[in-house]
Amino acid sequence: MAGERRVRPGRAHPLWLAFVLHRVSGLALALFLPLHFWVLSYALTAPDQLDEFLLFAEQPLVKFAEFGLVFLLAVHAFGGLRLMALEWLPWSAPQKTLAAGAVGAALFLSGTFFLQVI
Amino acid sequence: MPEPLDDLDVSVWRGTASGGAYQSFVVPTMESQTILDVVSWIQQYADPTLTYRFACRVGMCGSCAMMVNGRPRWTCRTHVRKVLQGRKVQIGPLRNLPVIKDLATDMDPFFDKWVAAGGAHRPSATRHEPIPPVDPAQPARVTASAGIECINCAICYAGCDTVTGNSDYLGPAALQRAWTLLNDAKHDGRAAIFDAVSGHGGCHNCHSMGSCTAFCPNDLDPMSAIAGLKRETAKRFWRRGGS
Ligand code: FES
Repeated sequence: MAGERRVRPGRAHPLWLAFVLHRVSGLALALFLPLHFWVLSYALTAPDQLDEFLLFAEQPLVKFAEFGLVFLLAVHAFGGLRLMALEWLPWSAPQKTLAAGAVGAALFLSGTFFLQVI
Repeated sequence: MPEPLDDLDVSVWRGTASGGAYQSFVVPTMESQTILDVVSWIQQYADPTLTYRFACRVGMCGSCAMMVNGRPRWTCRTHVRKVLQGRKVQIGPLRNLPVIKDLATDMDPFFDKWVAAGGAHRPSATRHEPIPPVDPAQPARVTASAGIECINCAICYAGCDTVTGNSDYLGPAALQRAWTLLNDAKHDGRAAIFDAVSGHGGCHNCHSMGSCTAFCPNDLDPMSAIAGLKRETAKRFWRRGGS
């Protein structure tokens, strides 16, 4: 078997990890979306059950899971932007670093602002 | 007097296209020892039947690439102490290529894809015409020059998971070569390159995993070259009205 015969290549470099993160977050979101729509459909078909579910969703554990969901969404969105920039903008390495730095700084500032507001 | 160093515990792939296994060797440590030195020591002092490939031993010819502790590397320029895990080193034939024997792989698919990607140079003028001047600072020439130091070692090819998943994929080296020629003012086969790299095994298979760029021993950037091909083929597609 090819897998036993050869060593698997070491892949733990940032570009490959970014690729995996993008794929995995995309898959997870794809699994989540049908569930999301299914619950939403209760608003029309069974409002009582929806209310029950929303009550259940107030639990800390579910809140924490929601945080994971937002994280996945953010990772996937930025992964997509990264990919589009990578493939469509022929930037030099310093330009890429600057762009990534600018996005990082903007996220940090707006995040701090957001935390103060809520 | 330098401290005597422990011996190396080296496991080397032995076998042919039909199968094989890793074999262990104890190899004495030497100063400034490269992985190619280790393989040569085994062949000279432990087992003369070990098959491997090398030529220049100075990182010029690209013939000595192997998998070293799971990463494709040019073995003549890879120092043992840089890749040692404990006292262990595992050395195998390049991934994604058929094995001929032991550490020697059949490079034909790799070079066939170079040609298939339009990698053979087609001059735009004959020897009877004046040589057109090329300005080294011109943007297209800068882009072309970025990829010309490729030594065809197939390290990028061995490191690419897209090649593993799709045996028709031309791979990073061939596509980078195509990108270089596409930007070369003296090349006369642009349409052929476009056709070759936008087809079934072409540049759009690439998932930008970037192992080619991360592993290239000459610090080239095939991933960005492939991104360039993606842009140019897409622009051409839209310019022609999507056909
Ligand atoms: S032997 Fe020539 S590159 Fe290693």
